[in-house]
Amino acid sequence: MSAQPAAAGSSPAHGRRFLAAWIVLSAILTPVVAFFLGPAIPPGNGSVEATGQVFDNEVLVAVSTPVCVFVVLFLGYALVSFRSRTAEIVDGPPLRGDMRIQIAWMIVTGATVLGLAAFGTYELLQGGAGGGQGPNAAFLPAGHNHALDVQVIGQQWEFTYRYPTFGGLETPQLVLPANTLIRLHVTSLDAVHSFWAYQLGVKADANPGTDNVVYVQTKGARSFDIRCAELCGLWHGYMFDTGQVVDQGRFTAWAKQQQTYFTPVARYLPPYATTYMPDPQRRAG
Amino acid sequence: MSATAVEIRPPVWRRLIGFNAITGVIFGIIGYYLGWFLGHHITGKSIAFFADIDQNDLSVLLGYFFGVSGFLIGLGFGVYPWARLRGYPPSLREKETQGTSRYFGLCTDHKVVGIQYLIGIGLFFFIGGLNAMLIRVELLRPASQVFPAGQYLTLVGMHGTMMMGMMTSGILGPFANYFVPLMIGARRMAFPRIESLTFWLLMAAGAVLTTTIFFGGFPTGWTGYEPLNSQANTGMDSYLVFFALVGVSMCLLGLNMLATIITMRAPGLTWSRLPIFCWAVVSTSILNLLAAPVLIAVLGMAILDRTAQTTFFNPQGGGSPYLYQNLFWVFGHPEVYILALPGMGIVLELLPVFARKPLWGYRLAVSGLLGVTLLSWLVWQHHLFVSGINSDLRPFYMLSTELISIPTGFTFLCGLMTLWRGQIRFTVPLLFCLAWFFNFLIGGLSGVFLSDVPSDVTTHGSFFSMAHFHYTIMGGLVFAFFAAIYYWSPKMFGYTLNERLGKIHFWVMFISFNSTFAPLFAVGFLGQPRRTVTYAHNLQFLNDWVSVSAFVLGLSMLVFLYNFVYSLLFARIRAPQNPWSSLSLEWQLPSPVPVHNFDRIPVITGDPYDYGNPSPGAIPATAPAGGSS
Repeated sequence: MSAQPAAAGSSPAHGRRFLAAWIVLSAILTPVVAFFLGPAIPPGNGSVEATGQVFDNEVLVAVSTPVCVFVVLFLGYALVSFRSRTAEIVDGPPLRGDMRIQIAWMIVTGATVLGLAAFGTYELLQGGAGGGQGPNAAFLPAGHNHALDVQVIGQQWEFTYRYPTFGGLETPQLVLPANTLIRLHVTSLDAVHSFWAYQLGVKADANPGTDNVVYVQTKGARSFDIRCAELCGLWHGYMFDTGQVVDQGRFTAWAKQQQTYFTPVARYLPPYATTYMPDPQRRAG
Repeated sequence: MSATAVEIRPPVWRRLIGFNAITGVIFGIIGYYLGWFLGHHITGKSIAFFADIDQNDLSVLLGYFFGVSGFLIGLGFGVYPWARLRGYPPSLREKETQGTSRYFGLCTDHKVVGIQYLIGIGLFFFIGGLNAMLIRVELLRPASQVFPAGQYLTLVGMHGTMMMGMMTSGILGPFANYFVPLMIGARRMAFPRIESLTFWLLMAAGAVLTTTIFFGGFPTGWTGYEPLNSQANTGMDSYLVFFALVGVSMCLLGLNMLATIITMRAPGLTWSRLPIFCWAVVSTSILNLLAAPVLIAVLGMAILDRTAQTTFFNPQGGGSPYLYQNLFWVFGHPEVYILALPGMGIVLELLPVFARKPLWGYRLAVSGLLGVTLLSWLVWQHHLFVSGINSDLRPFYMLSTELISIPTGFTFLCGLMTLWRGQIRFTVPLLFCLAWFFNFLIGGLSGVFLSDVPSDVTTHGSFFSMAHFHYTIMGGLVFAFFAAIYYWSPKMFGYTLNERLGKIHFWVMFISFNSTFAPLFAVGFLGQPRRTVTYAHNLQFLNDWVSVSAFVLGLSMLVFLYNFVYSLLFARIRAPQNPWSSLSLEWQLPSPVPVHNFDRIPVITGDPYDYGNPSPGAIPATAPAGGSS
């Protein structure tokens, strides 16, 4: 069965050689990934939040690169250098651990993890990073008192939008003013939906009976894709739309025009509220 | 063995009558219609009262309840308790020690249960995998083309639910049931009837979920979020009953494993000599035992919402959909480590054998497994980062989630350092273990993106997260599962699987797996949500690439199936007793393993990783078992 252990011929330089190769490769690959791949990672620069997310992703790919290089290089090195070259089974040296390596590993992984968590928290504190924050938003951006309120109502299977500053106007299109801080109130009339404005870096679940607040600071005029990101029933796959960010003047004109257009139906709408209470269990589809 | 061989056996038709799977199915069908009738009888007069219920959930649920009970009674699970209640001596029928018929009924031999699990779960894997193929057929084009939207959602839901439910026992079922008693020097599991019950519950559950197609399927995916859950038609009841039965099975399996490993270790097998696979089973079983009851509770509440019109999850009646999400993920996040830990255990168990070195840093590896077990309870709200629940707690869940990579990193370090300066032999099981490292690395790193709130805003609910958990579950658990089956089949069946076919299987599977799931990270980043039947036109090339790769991945499973059937039924090359020259206790037993495992309980004098021990004529770490060789 187990024969004599292999002659301890394997040179002790293996460890140093591997570490040198790891450092060199990481030093080359990390900047390449961070500065070439990183900026290409979505969701782009549609809003301040989206730009923040791109930066976040850049940092994460940069930190991941040395880790990835370490494991793949280690596997490659070990498989080439330590493959058994004999027909009969020979045992390796009985190494059962090394406290120095274990402690070094714990320190490095621990520091990386704590650093990432601190970085993520710092980014999150910048106004919530585009994620839904519930009725009492914990992380507020500067100037949140002057944000424009827009309500997003998820229902099977479309989003509609209400503008409380324009008399509770409800429209099937989302149009937002450029360079403005916007407070979206996301809620639902039936199942759980998730409002995903891709290029704006916004995602917030729409729960019935809940006012899910998310802040987004728009940049220049552009269009953006809206999709439902939470399975909400039969036509979930068709619950997509395109929204617009337009200049301030065009936005006001559009809102006025919509108000006039929807005047005949406005009186049938329930008054604007943060949540609405239909029966979410009515059977659909 | 020879004593029972001379016994006169009754004719075949006579042997088919009695407590077995056939009787179980017949009783199950009778039970279903009994419950169905009862449900209609109860609701018959009042159905009009529940104005907006268009189908009778109560009769379907009662049908499943009576059907499953009938199935278990038909299998003979009532015999022992009934005899005890009446004060009769219990029947000894379960102790039947040979013949193929014991594979089709209640059998208390843990080795039979292990093989039952392997085949039974394999069957449902096949159904789940077929669903995945059909999903990829649909996604060849951006618009809905092959399946209508509702059928597509049912496919997605069945694939996810079937895989999640069956994978929980994917390694614990076949391999822990078979090998834990052998590894710890025991003759049986602590609760052999419960052991059999966990298997048959899982089979009943699988049948229940499959019948959802007769009730129009269900639209919720594997998470079953409320209030969509309460809206859905009777197909939803299949999902609820399936997962509740899986929960009962998981809970009992964990209990049984813990009791076995705690109380039935051979003399000398201290905790610090326990094989690392058994440690992985211990940590998984803790999660099984504690997480599954939460699942059963939340599904019970959903069942009440659907039948008794309670409003646990209905905001109009004072409930909250958040309650469902919270409770589901309190179960759901330990659940994903129930899927990951056994894979880690298999890899760490196999590496020393093929690197011919002791497991490096045994204590660190154990603390890694237990650390994951502990931390997995503290992370569940990272599934709800954008849901609006407890938004001020997100930094905590971000931290706790990222902390899990520390104990996970321990297992990586131990595995990698075990290879270092070893004498590595490239066998099929080792290849699968190495692939596990690569896949789990990608899965783990992508998990860091999902745990980071700003990054999660884009990736949450997109194909990115789908690719992430396929890398950890399929790349982790399923690759470890195949490593285990190639490694242990000589002991389980007495025949070696064909190595050449095994290597073809490995390379096709490894390449097509990565070719399938790596592009999905990009697809998710580019804005494709999960579970949608349509997608943006500019993503068609990537989706087609993924679909074709997925079909090749499906074919690689057929290569394995061919190898399995060919090697075990046709080639039948007898495997030596210990083909890998392993020092682990199970390989010191003859193949096939005798019914009572050990004639004499062995005395353990060391851990099973004593490779390269320089002292000449060293005592094997595991004293040879009596009756073998």
